Amino acid sequence: MPHDRSAASLLSVSALNAWYGESHVLHGVELDIQAGELVTLLGRNGAGKTTTLRAIMGIVPARSGSIRYDGIELIGLPVHRIAQHGIAYCPEERGIFASLSVRENLMLPPRVGPGGLSLAAIHELFPNLRARQDTAQGTRLSGGEQQMLAIARILRTGARLLLLDEPTEGLAPVIVQLIGQTIRRLKADGFTILLVEQNFRFAAALADRHLVMEHGHIVDMISGSAIDSNMDKLETYLGV
Amino acid sequence: MFEILGIPPQALFGQMLLGLINGSFYAMLSLGLAVIFGMLNIINFAHGAFYMMGAFAAWMLLAYLGLGFYWALLLAPLLVGSFGILVERTMLCRLYRLDHLYGLLFTFGLALVIQGLFRQEFGASGLPYGIPAEMRGGSNLGFMFLPYYRGFVLAASVVVCFGTWFVIERTKLGAYLRAGTENPTLVQAFGVNVPRIIALTYGFGVALAGLAGVLAAPIYSVNPLMGSDLIIVVFAVVVIGGLGSVLGAIVTGFGLGLIEGLTKVFYPEASSTVIFVVMALVLLVRPAGLFGREG
Repeated sequence: MPHDRSAASLLSVSALNAWYGESHVLHGVELDIQAGELVTLLGRNGAGKTTTLRAIMGIVPARSGSIRYDGIELIGLPVHRIAQHGIAYCPEERGIFASLSVRENLMLPPRVGPGGLSLAAIHELFPNLRARQDTAQGTRLSGGEQQMLAIARILRTGARLLLLDEPTEGLAPVIVQLIGQTIRRLKADGFTILLVEQNFRFAAALADRHLVMEHGHIVDMISGSAIDSNMDKLETYLGV
Repeated sequence: MFEILGIPPQALFGQMLLGLINGSFYAMLSLGLAVIFGMLNIINFAHGAFYMMGAFAAWMLLAYLGLGFYWALLLAPLLVGSFGILVERTMLCRLYRLDHLYGLLFTFGLALVIQGLFRQEFGASGLPYGIPAEMRGGSNLGFMFLPYYRGFVLAASVVVCFGTWFVIERTKLGAYLRAGTENPTLVQAFGVNVPRIIALTYGFGVALAGLAGVLAAPIYSVNPLMGSDLIIVVFAVVVIGGLGSVLGAIVTGFGLGLIEGLTKVFYPEASSTVIFVVMALVLLVRPAGLFGREG
């Protein structure tokens, strides 16, 4: 009897296609994520990793296929409804608002469910944000602090699935380490995380599974424990 | 009687007050334009028509339903604002992905249609609307005569403008607006119903124009072209202040009203052009406007 994968998965994506205007970027993406899992999307630039996150979130101009989250079909829902089901997105460019203070940036996303982190818990995770919460422009923060803020603000909301797009890009090693600890802690707290990462050594240490993307679809899956034995294959995929 | 720079104080302060009254309308209208432009990227050329509709709504509430000025102050902005939301939801919302020019052309055309309809119905000569009984007359402050109603207009405008500023800059709702102005997609990805906020923003900006129209009804005559005369100056104010700055719109509106009033005292010949002279100077020195952000 075939295994009914969608019944067991928190997120189940099948035959996902996405377009930016004339450009057909995703060609039938298939992926499943169990509740509490941490899965990375690996692949070269332009493979469709960011677009996959954006398509799940609903912020691509056109998409088709099926995205089921917690049993609910998300294709066809407006973006804010998708977010309200408990999915949160942290974009690669971080998206910190210049016209909002650090505190306003942190408090901006509305609650979408129970169980979000309290402000105290967030400040414990990111002490820098407490120290700088009165900074009038969110964009005055350093790159690392902006990344912390971008992650922190989606932890408040009660979202259970986090879509993180290259959270370590362009950051100093010590900050990368801090982000890594944070992600590990979030996984331990029961968050489900889909992580896009170029720095696969960073990802290798964190993830339960790695999905490899090429030309707009998933071409391989490597479990976290099998990463060492698959290093050669991965390096070929990623061109490193 | 003493004089200031050779001008009797009654004349000087009287003209300054008139200037501030005009400035009240400039401020309320350019504030609405700035808020709408920030959130919708639409240069709302129909703003003058909505202002006119506010004045007519006040007149009609009185003539047809017997509802006086204070009711009009409440109901006319709601009516005009609701009409604005209807326009946004049915027509304007289709233009956001296009160039600014389409929004400008659409709202310009809309203004012509609205004005044409009112002109067809009510003629172009204007309808009288009285000052509410409690606010007739005025008092002599010694250095000038203050008509009560004009004082009320000035106070109401200051309260409304700074109330709006407070909401936008200091509240959660305002944070949604500011964030939505910067990156509406991301704000919606946080679960905020951005299309609804956009519609309400437009409705609010339009309601502000409607409120200005109600306040203007007892001062200027209620006629279909009252908005198109004013909107030219308001756009000059917007150019000077720089689109997109709430505080800039308010300060520039009052400031230019005052400059216009003072010009009437010292060099009356230039009073109707002084704002455009200021606009030309500002464009030479700071093309983005006094409070605008470059780029």
